[in-house]
Amino acid sequence: MKKIPYEPPTQSVAGQIFDAFLMLILVFITLYLPLLFKLAGGGTTTTDFPNPSWETLGQNATMAAQWEKLGFSPEKAASIVGTRFDYSFNGTALAFTALIIIGYFVFLFRYSDHEYREVIAERFGDDRPPEAR
Amino acid sequence: MQNVEVASPPGRQVPKAALSEAPLVAAAPARKIALLRVLGPGHVWALGVGIVLVGEFMGWNFAVGKGGPVAALTACWLAGILYTCVAMIDSEITSTVAAAGGQYAQAKHIIGPLAAFNVGLYLVMAYTMLEVSNAIVTGDLIEAFLTNLGIAGTVDKRAFMVLTIVALAFLNYRGVLASLTMNLLITAAAFAAIVVLFVATQPWAPGAVLQHDALLVGLPYGSLGILAAMHFGLWFYLGIEGTTQAAEEVRSPARALPLGTMTGMMTLLIAATATWYVCSGLMPWEYLGQAVTPLYDAARLTGNRWLEVFLFLGTLFATVASANGCINDASRAWFAMGRDRYMPAWFGAVHPVYHTPYRAIVFFVPVAIMFAVSTPLDQTITFSILSGLLGYTLMALSIVLFRRKWPLGTIQRGYVHPLHPLPCLLLLLLCSVTYLAVFLGYGTQLVAMMTFYIIASAWFVLHRYKYVRRGDQFTMHWPKPRGY
Repeated sequence: MKKIPYEPPTQSVAGQIFDAFLMLILVFITLYLPLLFKLAGGGTTTTDFPNPSWETLGQNATMAAQWEKLGFSPEKAASIVGTRFDYSFNGTALAFTALIIIGYFVFLFRYSDHEYREVIAERFGDDRPPEAR
Repeated sequence: MQNVEVASPPGRQVPKAALSEAPLVAAAPARKIALLRVLGPGHVWALGVGIVLVGEFMGWNFAVGKGGPVAALTACWLAGILYTCVAMIDSEITSTVAAAGGQYAQAKHIIGPLAAFNVGLYLVMAYTMLEVSNAIVTGDLIEAFLTNLGIAGTVDKRAFMVLTIVALAFLNYRGVLASLTMNLLITAAAFAAIVVLFVATQPWAPGAVLQHDALLVGLPYGSLGILAAMHFGLWFYLGIEGTTQAAEEVRSPARALPLGTMTGMMTLLIAATATWYVCSGLMPWEYLGQAVTPLYDAARLTGNRWLEVFLFLGTLFATVASANGCINDASRAWFAMGRDRYMPAWFGAVHPVYHTPYRAIVFFVPVAIMFAVSTPLDQTITFSILSGLLGYTLMALSIVLFRRKWPLGTIQRGYVHPLHPLPCLLLLLLCSVTYLAVFLGYGTQLVAMMTFYIIASAWFVLHRYKYVRRGDQFTMHWPKPRGY
């Protein structure tokens, strides 16, 4: 037997505008602010080179020539050469991140399935016994 | 070509009439207007290469920064395997669920509304952040070119970033879109620029122009660098799965989709390797690993002024064409979500004169400008990659559900990918590796992105879903799925 179609409420214009701005605020807070405050992508270490030369920067003659063709002096190149990614991490942070990702997908699939059953029941009918619905 | 698609892949343009017809599809499936089946494997190939080509001009080189040049090449090939799995799985699903909306519609039919809502957001965020990345590169490129002409300091690159976004948004608003043919011409010019650069560097004569002996280093981060480089390795191919969204317009989906997509993959693999070869033979890896316009820089290093101008134009064409396609696609995905009430229905409106999803187009302009003028390129690219990665993970799991709900033989499939479930298991494994790769160096950003999707999902479940018509979410003429 097909389920009686669900009739959604009509959302007011003010409600729609509020929802739209809520998404903007969400983008701003979760994605933009961490970048603005340099909280993201900061996994680097910096080595200082006082009075840098191509030799102290570990650049051979060919490398030095290419740097210079690109408009770099040893002083300007030092900050690029001296910046390296820091791949050290603690297991707790890794486990926490993994838990977030796995938890997100588990919830996504479980709740989607719950909603999907409503969709299928409306479209095709629900053959399950009443206690299972 | 009549077209009812609202979320088309990058580079594909929706004719004016399409959007005004689109709402009819959701409301009354019986009145659905069929697409003309005119595309062959060659078109699918061109579509795929056109979508992804901008990735050869910028972004891929951050993989060099994360692991060194050798790690970047290894990541490029590993990412090629990941995308081969994506292409195989997506070919089967799309050739069967040939419904308007691409992966968003597929998620509605196979997994459920919450997953579809998330897939819609993945598409919007991936395309918007790619648009932002393109705007950043355009600004940097023009500044670098003007600096080389000796007129540095007179222009602010942020002005060009804003101009790119606003001008392309205006074109999209007016519906004065470059056609697919025009975009393909621009892409062809960009592809020619890569080929000309490759030939001009005389790869058959090592040491003449390319200096691999002196410039190529091993693994500065050890083998961990190969893992870390997988993060930006995806950039070589991100978006190739868009080819399969042409399913409704392909003459023979069973043949054309896998053939066109796989040959596109092979082309990109070769182009990516050639790009890597030229750049790693011209630049110290430390510079290459953070360059905004690596191919343009490579042209500068050859000392050939004409080549420099050609690569300037090639990079400019590739980024502008890509940004144009991104605005087109992000706005249509947002429009589709508005039409289905996953987002406020206000976004589901089309312009009375231009027949474009103008509200969705305008809505994202301030977001794109905000990110373009104040965030680094590697960060915006990471947001785009992460949204794509979440989509691939979902794809690997959805093919299992698809085969379980409609086993082989119960519905007509355009294409059945071989060796199931090996490709989806391999895809899941490589996705997991890539999450780990992003975690190395960009862990905070990974958590930030997950926080965004988790809060958005909670908002959808607790508030937004009550406005959605349940039965309208399933429009395919299939039998009832097994287990329901």
